[in-house]
Amino acid sequence: MKINSEEIINKVCELCGEVNFNLPQDVIDCISSHIKNDNSISDNILKEILENAKIAREKKIALCQDTGTANFFVKIGKGVEIVGDDIVTAINKGVSQGYTKYYLRKSIVSDPLNRINTKDNTPANIYFDFVDGDKIEITILTKGGGSENASFLKMLTPLDGWQGIKNFVIESMKLKGSNACPPVIVGLGIGGDFASVGLLAKKALLRTIGSKNIKQDYNDKEQELLGEINKLNIGPMGLGGNPTALAVFIETKPCHIASMPVAINVQCHSCRRKTITL
Amino acid sequence: MKITIEQLLQNIKDFKAGTKIELTGTIYTARDQAHKRLVELLNGGNRLPIELKDACIYYCGPCPNAPDKIIGSCGPTTSSRMDVYTPKMLDNGVKILIGKGKRSKEVFDSIQKNKSIYLLATGGVGALIAEKVKSFKLIAFEDLGPEAIYEIKIENFPLIVGIDCNGNTLFG
Repeated sequence: MKINSEEIINKVCELCGEVNFNLPQDVIDCISSHIKNDNSISDNILKEILENAKIAREKKIALCQDTGTANFFVKIGKGVEIVGDDIVTAINKGVSQGYTKYYLRKSIVSDPLNRINTKDNTPANIYFDFVDGDKIEITILTKGGGSENASFLKMLTPLDGWQGIKNFVIESMKLKGSNACPPVIVGLGIGGDFASVGLLAKKALLRTIGSKNIKQDYNDKEQELLGEINKLNIGPMGLGGNPTALAVFIETKPCHIASMPVAINVQCHSCRRKTITL
Repeated sequence: MKITIEQLLQNIKDFKAGTKIELTGTIYTARDQAHKRLVELLNGGNRLPIELKDACIYYCGPCPNAPDKIIGSCGPTTSSRMDVYTPKMLDNGVKILIGKGKRSKEVFDSIQKNKSIYLLATGGVGALIAEKVKSFKLIAFEDLGPEAIYEIKIENFPLIVGIDCNGNTLFG
């Protein structure tokens, strides 16, 4: 199946607008479920988040001024042939057009030390999986700097076990959780190696709130960690109360006999993600 | 409580951590790079593009405004990144800080010494905050794009007092 790169550019351009104006329904539902109408600071913040989502959707104003790094997770079917630009160029053109067309903030600098803004939010971070079939599935995850800065990676060792992982997550949340615009979603990557575990944690953030981990033991661990995090009393915007986290998602991978890499990628309440298929 | 910046400045000691206010007045955005440049100008004895005396600084890098809108999404960014420069800003006259999240002990102490105040805006609700903006103007450092200094006139901006000048903080 042939797909013209122009189609990818146009779809990505529109996706950049849609993802920044529309809070996913599962996030809205989860936040709504925590509202107690008790006039507490935490309750008022949750209500502000829902009102913000309504204004953003209706008036097409970005949910958050930090319209983020544009992360793309692309599944390419083996029967796909892309005509025109290569897919990386096409996605970056789509990001450039979308962030300009929809007046989204350009938050990318060309060099970490010189810090000159690229002025069109490129380059995007693009990750590929190669799959069966003749379609391309593109998922965008726009990721703000505040929650990204609350993320951690640590090379634990096998005997640290699940307790070691839990301690690492809890300590990380205590240290930086309040800066990540809670209530957050915690993506936890376990296994792989130094390079791949961060991506595992990021991919974990793509799951829908309420979805179950296909591995029952990890599903139980997700619930256990969510319970522990919500005992920390960090609360919405770090001002105490509940919830601190809306969900914990774990992704795992085989790893070396000597290693147990662990990465925590935190996502703010403005969990902006959307998938399209071409 | 609805209040203007002038009223807040006149009665700054009466505002306790935890108090909810809706603020009206003129504020200036400045985040990481703008702080760096302002403090470099101060250290070099140069003239600043904004008057710091009694100023209200908002840690924010807004989205650009569409032609039919005053401003784009404009919520707060994480305040603690500015902690290293904040005491210098307060010593030079800044009175009101708006951002999100905890501050360092040095910032807390400087707020006490300078009888200033730190206000919290809700992070991630930049569309809601954009509704409270009545004007938006570039002031300085245009090359920084979203990190430039902008003058924003706000009306009924919802905030909570995070650190007051009587030694109280919402962050334990």
